[in-house]
Amino acid sequence: MNPGELICYILAGVVVISALVVVLTANLVRSVFLFFVTLFALAGLYVFSLADFVAVTQVIVYVGGVLVLMLFAFMLSNKELLNSLRQPAAAKLSMLTNIPAGIVAAGVFTVLAISTKGLQLAAPSGMSLFPAGMLNAGDNTIHLLGVRLMTNYLLPFELASVFLLMALIGAAHLARKGKEST
Amino acid sequence: MIPLEHYLLISAALFCIGLYAVFTRRNAIQVLIGIEFMINAAVINFVAFSKYDKAKLGGQVFALFAIVLAAAGVAVALAIILNVYKYYKTIDPGKIDELRD
Repeated sequence: MNPGELICYILAGVVVISALVVVLTANLVRSVFLFFVTLFALAGLYVFSLADFVAVTQVIVYVGGVLVLMLFAFMLSNKELLNSLRQPAAAKLSMLTNIPAGIVAAGVFTVLAISTKGLQLAAPSGMSLFPAGMLNAGDNTIHLLGVRLMTNYLLPFELASVFLLMALIGAAHLARKGKEST
Repeated sequence: MIPLEHYLLISAALFCIGLYAVFTRRNAIQVLIGIEFMINAAVINFVAFSKYDKAKLGGQVFALFAIVLAAAGVAVALAIILNVYKYYKTIDPGKIDELRD
């Protein structure tokens, strides 16, 4: 196992373990900060999958945008928002009620893991599997992505910009403190 | 070179962790984080498969779209959560059980 693979598996371990802690911990603020660690390790995994631009976007959008947004939501909202989350009396009961959810999640994971076991990439008859070849570590993916975004995927690109404008207006409207917003 | 199966396994684990969070968490922000985990599991799959598609790079392009749309979704969802808190004084999804004012 070369150092690159080792780093990749360490990142994978960080992703899974920190995600587990995010989900299992009772402390909301700690869970949000560990969410940050998960997203960073995920960006590292994207780099190992030869998607460096996606990794940079992940860091900028998620770590810079989503996480700051979540922290702002805490800070701007009432202090009771955080206090009301602690329910020590219901803690024991909730441990018990979480068991079915754990069984369902473990079952879904087992099904997915078994289905990836015998995975074979196969092309339809008469076609080659990778007509353009595989991506190599030396390829300039930013160049390739830019060309594709402006040619093959121009419509989804423009739709995404319209959607972002919609989301921006919608979120600003929802979060505003208007006199008539009762 | 990491085999494709390992990416799929990581993605499956992340998806199931997100699923568990959506089922069990008692505040809407952690449910939202669970949904983000599930979206990120899909993005890992997109990115892992796009290695085999140098011509069109569809996986990476749609991974970018998924990240952008998820960010927009978080913005709207947090605004909704804050509004819900204003009305009900709680963000436990189990306690918000009526639609009218």
